Amino acid sequence: MRERHDVAEQPVSINIASLVKRHGATVAVDHVSLSVQRGEFFSLLGPSGAGKTSVLRMIAGFETPDEGTIHIEGRSMAGISPNRRPVNLVFQSYALFPHLTVAENVAFGPRMQGVARGEIVARVRASLDLVKLASKEERLPGQLSGGEQQRVALARALVNRPAVLLLDEPLSALDQQLRQEMQVELKSIQERAACTFVCVTHHQEEALTMSDHVAVMHQGRLLQVGSPQDLYESPASVFVARFIGVSNELTGIVRRIDGGRVVIQSSDLPGKDHIRLPDRPELQEGQAATVLLRPERLRLSTDAKDRSGEQSLAAIVEKVFYSGSDRRYLVRLSDVLLWNVRVPNNESGRNGLERGDMVRVRWQIADAVVLGE
Amino acid sequence: MKCTGPSGWVATSGRGASWWLLSPGLFWVGLFFFVPLCLVSAISFAERGLYGGIVWSFSLTNYSDLWHPLYARILGQSVLLAAVTALLCLVMGFPLAYYIARAAPNRQGIWLLLVMIPFWTNFLVRTYAWMFILRTEGLLNTLMLKAGLITAPIELLYSNTAVVIGLVYGYLPFMVLPLYVALERVDRTLVEAAWDLYATRWAVLWRIIVPLARPGIMAGCLLVFIPSLGAFLTPDLLGGARSMMVGNLIQHEFLIARDWPLGAAISCVLMVFVLSMMGWSLRVTRPLSREEPES
Repeated sequence: MRERHDVAEQPVSINIASLVKRHGATVAVDHVSLSVQRGEFFSLLGPSGAGKTSVLRMIAGFETPDEGTIHIEGRSMAGISPNRRPVNLVFQSYALFPHLTVAENVAFGPRMQGVARGEIVARVRASLDLVKLASKEERLPGQLSGGEQQRVALARALVNRPAVLLLDEPLSALDQQLRQEMQVELKSIQERAACTFVCVTHHQEEALTMSDHVAVMHQGRLLQVGSPQDLYESPASVFVARFIGVSNELTGIVRRIDGGRVVIQSSDLPGKDHIRLPDRPELQEGQAATVLLRPERLRLSTDAKDRSGEQSLAAIVEKVFYSGSDRRYLVRLSDVLLWNVRVPNNESGRNGLERGDMVRVRWQIADAVVLGE
Repeated sequence: MKCTGPSGWVATSGRGASWWLLSPGLFWVGLFFFVPLCLVSAISFAERGLYGGIVWSFSLTNYSDLWHPLYARILGQSVLLAAVTALLCLVMGFPLAYYIARAAPNRQGIWLLLVMIPFWTNFLVRTYAWMFILRTEGLLNTLMLKAGLITAPIELLYSNTAVVIGLVYGYLPFMVLPLYVALERVDRTLVEAAWDLYATRWAVLWRIIVPLARPGIMAGCLLVFIPSLGAFLTPDLLGGARSMMVGNLIQHEFLIARDWPLGAAISCVLMVFVLSMMGWSLRVTRPLSREEPES
C-alpha cells in the first residue's frame, strides 16, 4: 500500500472551478468543481450522457468550456491548445496510428517535442517495459490483440511523462476477464509511473477497484466526490447509492419517539410498522427520508429475538440465486417491498433457506444509511 | 457450405463456384477491349501500304523509327504536362476533399454532387468554353484589363499553360473523389491523438493524414495522370499547333498521316509506359497494407 500523506504534502494537480459546457440547448456539464491531488487515481463515474467525457475532453483541450476554469499544476488552461498541455489522453478506441509500428507510435510524442534521438530510444524502451510489451515493438497495431493495443496506448501516453494521464473508458473494449486483469494492471502501472491518473468510466466496480477518489456524475452535475469507501458506505443521494452497488430502500417519515429513539414510519411496511434508525442530529421530526441497506449487511434467520443494536423485519423468501461464493435471496417484506440479501457461502455443508420460508431480515442499526429529502 | 433454397444462388460462395458471374463483364471486356488491343499490337508490327493501308508483315521498323528525338520530345512534353496536371490537381483537390470529408455527413453528398456537376455537360462543349475564356479578347483578359491588372492582353490560348488549365479543369473531379474516399476513412480520433501528442497542425497533416490517405493520393494521381497523358482533345483545342501531346501524335498518325502501323506502335509504347507507371505505384502503395491484421 502506498502511504497516505496529508493534504499539504499532496499538492493539487488539477483544479476545476464551476465548469459549464453546453451542446446546443442541452447542458452537458453543469457547474462542476473538483480537484485532483497529485499522484492519485481519480475516476469520473456516471452513466452515459453524464458529462464525464466532456469534462475529460475539456481537460485535454479538445473542447472549450463555456464557463469556469481549469488549472493544471497551477497553470490556467484557458486558450491553451491540446498539444501544449501537460496532459496526455488514452482514447477509448486507443487511436493508435495504424501506419506506424508500436515503437514508432510510442516515440511519436517525444519526437514531436523535439527530444534528442538517443533519449527517445531509451524512453520508448522504458515505457514499453513498463507495460510489458518490449518484445512487440516492431509490430503494427493491427497485428496486436485488444489488450496489447491498450498497453501500447498507455505506453504512448506515459512516455511523455505527463503531469496527468487522462483515460477515456480505458477498459470498455476488452472482454470481461481481460478487463479484470487490466484493472489491477492499470493500478500498478499508475503506482510505478507515479503519475496522476484521471479515468472516465461508467463501470462502478472498475472505478471502486482502481481509484483513490471517485466523482459521481449524473446529467452534467457532480453528485458526490469521495473515496470508494465513502461512496459505498455513505452515499450522499439515492442516485449514488443505486449507481454504486445494490441497495435496499425504504421510504417513510422520520419520527422521534420515547425521547431519543429515532424511527422511520413507512406505509410500505405491513401495519404501518416502524424501524429504528441511527440517531443523527440532522434528522427532523416529520421529515421524509429514505433508508438504504446493502444486501451483504443483512442477515436472515428464523430467530425472532433481536439483540441490542439490531433491528429486524419479518419476510418470506421469494427467490434464491446460488452463485458459488454466496447465495442471493429475494425476500418479500410487504406487497411493495422486495429486498436483496447476500449471504456468504462460508459454511460447508450448510443448506440455504428455500423458497417460501418465513424468516427475519436482521441488521445492525448503525449499518442503515438515512438520506433526508 | 452449399446453399440451398430459392435465393441460394445469390449466396453461393467459394472459389470457382461463381466464375460465371464474371462472364458478362469478361465477354464485354474481351470483345471490346482485349481483341482491339491484340489488333493494335499486331498492326504495330505491320508496315504502311503505299496509300495508307496495312501491309501484313513482321517488322520492328515502326519501333525503331520511334528512336527519334522528335518522338522523345513529344513523349517527354506529354509526361511533363500530365505530371504538372496531376500535381496541380492534387494541390487543389486535397484541401477540397479534406473539407468535404470533414463536413457534416448530410452536406457531403451535396458537395460531391457539385464536384460532379461539370460531367453533365459535354466535355467538348466545356473545352470550347475555355477557348472563349482564354482568348486574347476573351473573358479572362477582358476582366483583367478592366480590373487594371494588366495593360495589354496576354496570350493564354494555344500554349502549354492553356493545355494544363484545360486538363486540370477536366480531371480535377478524378482527383477529388478518390481523395475524399481515403480522407473520409481517416479516423478523426487519430488526428486528435496526434494533436494530444504535441504535434502541430502541420505535423498532423504530414505525419498522420497524408500517410493514411496515400492510397487515395496514388489513385487520384493515376486517375489524373493517365488520361492527361493520352489526352488529345484538350491539347488540340487549347494548345493549337504549338503544343503537341502524344495523344495528338497518335491521332495524327491514324487520321492524317494514315500511317496506322506507326500510330499503333506509339500506342503500344504509351501503354507499356502507363502500365509500368501503375506497377510502380502499386509497389509504392503496398507497404500500407501491412496494417491488415495477420490471419
